[in-house]
Amino acid sequence: MALLEVQNLEVYYGVICALKGISFEVREGEIVTLIGANGAGKTTTMQSTVGLIPIRSGSVKFDGHDITRMPCHKIVHLGMTQVPEGRRIFQELTVYENLLMGAYSMKDQSGFKQDLEAVYTRFSRLAERRNQIAGTLSGGEQQMLAMGRAIMSHPKLLMLDEPSMGLSPLLVDQVFEIIKDINKDGTTILLVEQNAGKSLAISDRAYVLENGKIVLTGTGEELANSEMVKKAYLGG
Amino acid sequence: MELILSTLINGLSLGGIYAMIALGYTMVYGIAKMLNFAHGDIIMVGGYTIYVFMAFGNPVLAVAMAVFFCVLLGITVEKVAYKPLRGASPLAVLITAIGVSYLLQSLAQIVFGSANKMVMVYDFGSVSFLGVTLQMSAIVTLAVTVAVMAALTLFVKYTRLGRAMVAVSEDKGAAQLMGINVNGIITITFAIGSALAALAGLFYLLKAPSISSTLGAMPGIKAFTAAVIGGIGSIPGAMLGGILLGMVECISYKITAIAPYTDAIEFSILIIILLVRPTGFLGKKRREKV
Repeated sequence: MALLEVQNLEVYYGVICALKGISFEVREGEIVTLIGANGAGKTTTMQSTVGLIPIRSGSVKFDGHDITRMPCHKIVHLGMTQVPEGRRIFQELTVYENLLMGAYSMKDQSGFKQDLEAVYTRFSRLAERRNQIAGTLSGGEQQMLAMGRAIMSHPKLLMLDEPSMGLSPLLVDQVFEIIKDINKDGTTILLVEQNAGKSLAISDRAYVLENGKIVLTGTGEELANSEMVKKAYLGG
Repeated sequence: MELILSTLINGLSLGGIYAMIALGYTMVYGIAKMLNFAHGDIIMVGGYTIYVFMAFGNPVLAVAMAVFFCVLLGITVEKVAYKPLRGASPLAVLITAIGVSYLLQSLAQIVFGSANKMVMVYDFGSVSFLGVTLQMSAIVTLAVTVAVMAALTLFVKYTRLGRAMVAVSEDKGAAQLMGINVNGIITITFAIGSALAALAGLFYLLKAPSISSTLGAMPGIKAFTAAVIGGIGSIPGAMLGGILLGMVECISYKITAIAPYTDAIEFSILIIILLVRPTGFLGKKRREKV
């Protein structure tokens, strides 16, 4: 069953058409990746789906709800959240306070302590730095915090926008491991990546986005072996 | 000794009033990213509300009604005048705010006339301390403003709502991704700012029991200056800037040679600080997100 179903999504910035009617779906339990070059419309897709950018036409359905025109914070309360591009952690708050903000949408706060411990176990660096101001963390730690913050709300669907951006190769591997791990624990994942190789390797299915259109789709493996993807995104 | 102590108390209490008003400017700026130039006039509306309800002879009722009415007004102004302009050019919002300011002043003139109205809220009398006579109202003002500022600081730091306000002021988009209703937070911010302005109106009436439609104009500008000196968007900055400006004003008034130039001195401080430290004392450089 499709947890997220996007149909003919069109988004404009002023008169410029950023998404020219794209359709895709994410089924429960999957890891789905959107790959594409800079300016292909990946971040626009992510942000319009979650309600941060207004949608011109088309429809977005999530978990049985029509969320096309729903404001972002309500969508989050339905169980979808996003690790945005550039992480966007709250720089002036401590690590702990950032995680607290992550649990903001939880109606039942009784599980908070347990969730917090789970995040600290998964990301031991965050545990060591729990009272540190988040703006002073390294890039990798900030990415961990952004992911930890997002899973504090127990999302059904977690979207990650370029989680490997700007990280060292070692950390990139770690980030993909964590994504696989979070998925194994029952969270459906929608991923946007420029690192096509690594993301296709962990994906059940993937879509290739070019100039605001989906040009190719298939399983992670199929796309990784497709000539077109190899040529354009895998460097060979 | 007498001079020092009374200047200190008066300066701190005036500074406390400025700080209360400056908090309204700075919180609204931090969260809605706009300069609400009608904020000063909420003080005046608070003053007139007290004037009207003092007809019942109960100061507590009058102050409660002033806070209630100002909160309502602040929320309404935001919904009617500013919310439709969200995402519009900052200049459009600024001009709208100035328009709202004149609208409120003119409405007050139509309703209450242009002559000053006298309103005695409560006579706290005076107290003798170390042989110095101090106005009790200044001490009450100081005590209340300190208590309010402490409460606000704790609120922002330790409550769910307060932290949500910090989150929104830092990154609206990320805050929404946490499930925070940004419009709701903006409404609450205007409500808090307006409640503080209503109290500031009360303190002005305690200082001098007379009110006109321009009561809020000068304090509004002074408090805005204080907010910028402290670093606009910063809550402790607004408190610091307010206290600083209040002290400078009181000291300057006590020195005969420079007393007539007090306002000029205060605004010069603003200019100097902006030259030396454009973000104010506690303001942070913000990376504008696109």
